[in-house]
Amino acid sequence: MSFCCSCSSCCSCGNIKTIAKRELGGYFASPVAYVFIVIFLLLTGFFTFMAGGFFERSQASLESFFTWHAWLYLFLVPAVGMRLWAEERRVGTLELLLTMPITTLEAIVGKFLASWAFLAIALFLTFPVVITVNWLGSPDNGVILSAYIGSLMMAGAYLAITSMTSAMTRNQVVSFIISVVLCLFLILCGFPPVTNLLSRLDSPRLVEAVAALSVLTHFDGFAKGVLDSRDIIYFLSIIGFSLFTTGVIIRSHRAG
Amino acid sequence: MIKVENLSKSFGPKLAVDGVSFTVERGEVLGFLGPNGAGKSTTMRMITGFIPPSDGRITVGGFDMVANPIPAKRLIGYLPENAPSYADMTVEGFLSFAAELRGMRGDARKKAVSRAIEMCFLESVIYQSVDTLSKGYRHRTCFAQSIIHDPDVLILDEPTDGLDPNQKHEVRSLIRRMGARKAIIFSTHILEEVDAACTRAIIIDRGRIVANGTPEELRHKSEQSGAVLLCVSGQPSGAVSERLNHLSSARRTTIVKEENGKVWARVYSKSKNTDGELARNVMQAAQGWSVEELHTEEGRLDDVFRSITLSETAKEVSK
Repeated sequence: MSFCCSCSSCCSCGNIKTIAKRELGGYFASPVAYVFIVIFLLLTGFFTFMAGGFFERSQASLESFFTWHAWLYLFLVPAVGMRLWAEERRVGTLELLLTMPITTLEAIVGKFLASWAFLAIALFLTFPVVITVNWLGSPDNGVILSAYIGSLMMAGAYLAITSMTSAMTRNQVVSFIISVVLCLFLILCGFPPVTNLLSRLDSPRLVEAVAALSVLTHFDGFAKGVLDSRDIIYFLSIIGFSLFTTGVIIRSHRAG
Repeated sequence: MIKVENLSKSFGPKLAVDGVSFTVERGEVLGFLGPNGAGKSTTMRMITGFIPPSDGRITVGGFDMVANPIPAKRLIGYLPENAPSYADMTVEGFLSFAAELRGMRGDARKKAVSRAIEMCFLESVIYQSVDTLSKGYRHRTCFAQSIIHDPDVLILDEPTDGLDPNQKHEVRSLIRRMGARKAIIFSTHILEEVDAACTRAIIIDRGRIVANGTPEELRHKSEQSGAVLLCVSGQPSGAVSERLNHLSSARRTTIVKEENGKVWARVYSKSKNTDGELARNVMQAAQGWSVEELHTEEGRLDDVFRSITLSETAKEVSK
C-alpha cells in the first residue's frame, strides 16, 4: 500500500484505504468480530488437538492444524463476508457509497481487503499453536510459514466468492448459503472420496482436471512448504475473477 | 450547472422516467414535486450517477455523468431518500469518512467535519453512534455528509422527511441560504416548502414533466387564482349569488359556506389578469350589504398540484 501511494494513482489507493479502514472498523465496532475470532480459535484448537490428534502423531509439524482449514473456512469465511454488499444494499448506504467520487472497483477492492485483513488477524491469533509446537519439538518453520500463506490465500479465495454472492442479494442468509455451496464445490472436487469415485471412470486426465479445480489440491503444495507459482496463480485468479464478477453484478443491479 | 436532456429510464417494461429535460443554474433552488412513484427519486439517482440512464444525457458542471462520472460526482452533494448512514459509526467518524472520500485530509478534513456539524446542529451527538440517534438526528447526519465538501451542486431527496416542524424550518432556511451560491434540486411532497425555499418548481407525474415554473407562475394556474372572496352578513345566500353572478367580469360564483347569518361567496374571474377589476365590481355589487370581508385570492399550490396530476391520471384512464 505504501508503495502504491507514492505512485501517480495516489487518489485511487487513498480511496481504497479509506473504505478498507471504515470496513475493518465496522467489524470491530460490532460483536461480530469478537464472536468470530473466539469461535475460530476454539474450533482450530479443537480440530488440531482433539480431532486432528496432534499429540498422537508425536511429530513436530502443524499438519493436523492446517488440514482442517479448508473445512473451517467453508463456514466461517462466508459468515464474515456475507454482509459485505448485502448489508449496504439493505440499509441503502450503497447509494451513498457509489455516488461518492470513487469507482466501483475501488469500493470492491477496499471492502475485500478489509475483510481479508480481518481474517488475517484471526489467523495470526493462532500463533500460540506455533509456539507450542516449537516448544515441544523442532518443526520446519519454513513449512509452517508457507502453510500460513496458503491458508490466507485460501481464505481470500473463499472471501472473494462470498463478496460475489453478497452482491447478488440483500439477504445475508441467502448470500451465506450460496457461497457455502460454491466453496464446498471447490473443496469436493479434490476431496479424496470424490476423486476416488471419479477414478473409477478410468480416465486419469479427467480426475486430474477436476482435482485441479480444488482448493485442497492447491493448498496441499503450501502445506508441504512448496510455494508453487501455479498454486498462487490459482488462488489469485479465483480472487480476481470473483471480484470482477462482483463489479458486474453491482453494475447490473444499478442498471435495473 | 446541471443540465438534463431527454432523460429516460426504464425498469424492464416499465418506463419510470420519460424524456425529462431541464437545467438548473447556480443560485437556483429547484423544487421537485410529484405524487409517489412519479419518478422523482429515479431522476435524482440518475443525476447523481447511482443508476445509469436508459437514454438521454446528464451534465453536471460541464462533465458528462456517464462518460466522466468522477469529476461530475465531485461537484455533487447527495442526500438519498431515507438518509442512509453506517449505523455502527459515530457521527464524527461517519462525517470524517465522507470527507476522506471527498479527498480531504488532515486539517482540511477536521475543519470540514466541524463546519458540517455546526451547520446541521449536531454538536450534542458528535461521539454517539448513528444507531442510537433519533430519526431527526440521523437525517441531519446524512444531510451533513452531503454538504461536507461545500459542493456546488446539492441533490436532496426529501430533505425534510421525518423531521419535526422546527427542524423542517431549519432545513428549509438552510436550503434557501445555501441556494444563493449553489445549484440545488430537492424533492418534496410538502407544497408549502416550495414557497418557502424554491426559486422554481417542476411537477413530475408518471415520469414526465407536467409543469415547470416559479411558485408564483404555478399558483396562477390554479382556478382560484384571482378569485374574490366576499363575506357579508344579514343576506340570504340566494340573493348574494344571484347578484354576483350578474357581474360582467365574473365567470361564476359559488357559496363557500353559511354560518351565523354570514355568507361567504367566491367569485371566479373570467380573465387571468389580477388588476383588481373583479374586486372593484364585487365591491360595487355589494353596495348596501354589510361586508365583513373581501379579498383577492392568490391560488393555492396544492390545488394546482392536484388538478394537474389528477387530470393527467384521468386522461390516462379514459384512454
